[in-house]
Amino acid sequence: MPATVSVRQPGPPWAEGLRRALPITLGYVPVGFTFGVLAVKNGIPAGLAVAMAVLMFSGSGQFVFASLWGGGAGILSTAAAVGIVNLRYLLMSAAESPWLSRISRVKRFLLGLGLTDETFAVHITALQEGWPLNTATMYICNSTTHLSWVAGCTIGAFCGNLVNDVRPLGLDYAITAMFLALLVPQCASRLHVLIAIFTGALSVALKAGGMSQWNVAVATVAGATLGLVLSLRQKRAEPEDAA
Amino acid sequence: MSGLFAWAGEHEALLLCVAAATLVTVLPKVLPVTFLRGDSLPPLLRRWLDFVPVAVMAALVAPDIFIYDGRFDLSTSNLFLMVSIPTFLVAWKTKNYFVTIAVGIGLVILARWAAWAV
Repeated sequence: MPATVSVRQPGPPWAEGLRRALPITLGYVPVGFTFGVLAVKNGIPAGLAVAMAVLMFSGSGQFVFASLWGGGAGILSTAAAVGIVNLRYLLMSAAESPWLSRISRVKRFLLGLGLTDETFAVHITALQEGWPLNTATMYICNSTTHLSWVAGCTIGAFCGNLVNDVRPLGLDYAITAMFLALLVPQCASRLHVLIAIFTGALSVALKAGGMSQWNVAVATVAGATLGLVLSLRQKRAEPEDAA
Repeated sequence: MSGLFAWAGEHEALLLCVAAATLVTVLPKVLPVTFLRGDSLPPLLRRWLDFVPVAVMAALVAPDIFIYDGRFDLSTSNLFLMVSIPTFLVAWKTKNYFVTIAVGIGLVILARWAAWAV
């Protein structure tokens, strides 16, 4: 097992849940704030902007919604764009399922409700590192991050004009830094490094090429498929070294 | 109460749209993990899913770093790219999750404080 960036440390389940949530909340509050401001600017009543944070709990989905609705798009095209952006959740939710197969369906459903890019990344990394699954830790992490998201959106929607520029706090980089810190231990083999570079480059190319709603889902499907094909070839070449 | 109904009537289209957007957000989150039998997936699908974490994290973070102001930018004016190089090195060398995030945020604060880039 190569050295990894450890996401887990011994301690009570709730402390581990809060530990996992902390960097995510640092990012969610200012991003949620930005959403609240944008939503109101785009003609969405403040209360409804908060309801969206509670119901959807999806940064990219909510931003797409606000900008399309504000731009005069209809119900169908707005919802379709949100659905496309969120196709990646299908992949993450499916990727979590082998790790959660021991717990009941109701618990899996409840944990699925708390799935975001960020909670997925921290939970799956911990599971890959051998963390013994503890649903309390996952619930606490998910609800803490959800709460911070709703709080950020609420402040932005109701008192967006009270806060000036938040950029000097540097928190708009928190989520990017978190993903960098989690991507490094994902690169556990040369094959994984290759997949990361390929998928990242494809995602950038698709987004720069205007496919800003499709890029993550399409690049992920392509990257995972390349990983599967290459790992099968590797396995055939040297059966001992199953990746 | 009647005020609430009046409000809802006034925002009928928007409420419908929020309901639809909620459905297409929540269903992809819950359907696979709730209904897939994770312990008896076909081995090929299982192996494919094992590559999803590395792929999805790379697909999420790369545009944050390389796309600045809506376009691909490899120049020094791309703050997040400039900060991500040392942050990546810290992640790689220290293997420490919190130190990596703190260094990354710290560098962004410093760069903006020094008015080097936004």
